[in-house]
Amino acid sequence: MTWVAEVVVQLKPVVNDPQGLVVRDGLRRLGFTGVRAARIGKHVELEVEADSEQDARESVAAMCEKLLCNPVIEDYRIDSVRATAEGRA
Amino acid sequence: MRFGITVFPGTWSDRDCAHAVELAGHQAVMLWHKDADLRGADCVILPGGFAYGDYLRAGAVARFAPLMESVVAFADRGGLVWGICNGFQILCEAHLLPGALTRNGSLQFRCEPSWLRVETQSSPFTAGIASEEVLQIPVSHGEGRYVAGEGTLDGLERDERVAFRYVAKDGSPAGASSPNGSMRDIAGIVNPAGNVLGMMPHPERACEPLLGSDDGMRLFLNVARAVSRGAAFAAPAS
Repeated sequence: MTWVAEVVVQLKPVVNDPQGLVVRDGLRRLGFTGVRAARIGKHVELEVEADSEQDARESVAAMCEKLLCNPVIEDYRIDSVRATAEGRA
Repeated sequence: MRFGITVFPGTWSDRDCAHAVELAGHQAVMLWHKDADLRGADCVILPGGFAYGDYLRAGAVARFAPLMESVVAFADRGGLVWGICNGFQILCEAHLLPGALTRNGSLQFRCEPSWLRVETQSSPFTAGIASEEVLQIPVSHGEGRYVAGEGTLDGLERDERVAFRYVAKDGSPAGASSPNGSMRDIAGIVNPAGNVLGMMPHPERACEPLLGSDDGMRLFLNVARAVSRGAAFAAPAS
């Protein structure tokens, strides 16, 4: 089956995110004075062949550990794993 | 002696490094990323640039190149490996050096002179350069802010593995003049055995007075001296 996984990779909270700070300040200048913080991350969409959702999830986690995320500075989370329409057919 | 210079798609400082090596009176050979052959190099330089377009993260993809397996094995045998700028980023991604290089605090790409204080004498790259001396070597990067956990940073300092620190021109702490906001003003580090050096500034661009400084040449000459002494840098027993 084919699964679509959505992964978010983000700098760890303790790592300074200058892009996020600039975006936060920009939003405030635009009048969004309620913005407390902004953090910028990466969104990765993967199509994965696997027998089950569990297998797909484990495979994606391994990909994150090995390449998609640098554990020194980044955390990742797998937002969703769903079968493609094609996979369900 | 022979310097091997790695060439990945997107490497941009390979010719500058070869020029500096030849200026120092030594031989430069180019090492293509798809080959695993180090061509008899006594020292491997990973020069600056944007290997594989810096896709995903700087250095993240370059570490899978066939050439990198040979470079890692060479480093493990005690061979001299010198990562400059993007090369430093690659060495961190390849886990030959700890930590990571992130976006400059200023968010600007900085291409300007920087001043470095040599912090260790125990590496062949910096041997004989006194710590009170300040080297002028330019930086040219957008992602050079050195980041590591507090424990790692303490360990680097305790084991004299900080090779260079950014300072102000007069040698005082860099403060706001740091080009990138690196933790503890770290500009370069070595591995435990001292045979692998990663640094953000570009010594190959400071090898002729015409370019404003020839301080970088001292590092090339140091490497050549270490090799001619036949110095062996065995990995420490772990």
